[in-house]
Amino acid sequence: MLELYNGALNVPEIITRWYAQESDTNYGAYIPFVGTVRDEDGIEGLSFDVYEPILTSWFEAWVAKAEPLGAKLKMAHSRGDVLVHESSYIAAVFSPKRRVALETIEAFVEDFKASAPIWKYDLKNGDRLYARERSTPISGAGLLGGIA
Amino acid sequence: MVTVEFLGPIQKAPLSINAVSLRDVAEVLKQDHEMAEWIDNCAVAVNDTLVASLDTPLKSGDKISLLPPVCGG
Repeated sequence: MLELYNGALNVPEIITRWYAQESDTNYGAYIPFVGTVRDEDGIEGLSFDVYEPILTSWFEAWVAKAEPLGAKLKMAHSRGDVLVHESSYIAAVFSPKRRVALETIEAFVEDFKASAPIWKYDLKNGDRLYARERSTPISGAGLLGGIA
Repeated sequence: MVTVEFLGPIQKAPLSINAVSLRDVAEVLKQDHEMAEWIDNCAVAVNDTLVASLDTPLKSGDKISLLPPVCGG
C-alpha cells in the first residue's frame, strides 16, 4: 500500500490504521519508520516533488520482493510543504518474525533514499531551494552524457 | 516525434523532438546549455520505465523523462 498526501502526514492516524489492518493477519512484527523534519540550518520546513508513476512501480517491485519472505510493506509520503517537526515519510513492514522485518525495513528505507523519484527542497526565507548536496543520482544516471 | 520531460528541480518545459533512439535525444540535449548541469547526473525513463542503454529504440509518441538526483524522506 502506497499513500501520498498533500502536506504533512497524520502519523498517529496512519500507523494506527495500518496496525488495525493487520491485527488479525498473524504477523508477529510491525516496524514503522517515521521521518520527521528537523530544525536545522534555519529552515522553516522541507518541500517535496513526487513522480508518482515511477514511485509506484518502484514500490510494487519492493512489494513483490518482500512477499516471498512473508513480509508486507506499506509506505506514506508527502507532496508539497512539510514544516519543521512535522513528518513527511512513513515506511512500515509487517512479518511473521522480527528478523525479516528488521532486515527488510533497513534495505527498503536505504533503497528508498537512493532510488525513489522524490525531490527535496529546503524552505528558507520564503525560497524553495533544491537540496542538491543531499541528493543522490539514481543508479544508471548519466546515460545521456555518455555520448562522445 | 517523442516528448522529453524534465522532472523535479529542472526548470525546463517539455520538448518535442525527432528521435529514433536515446542517442538522438542525447545529441539534442548535449547542445542545450540549460542541461549542462543535469545531463551527467540524470537517470532516464522511457514511458515511465528506467532504461540503461543509449541504444534504447524509440517510437513516435514515446515519453522520455529525465530524473535528477533524488532525496525522499
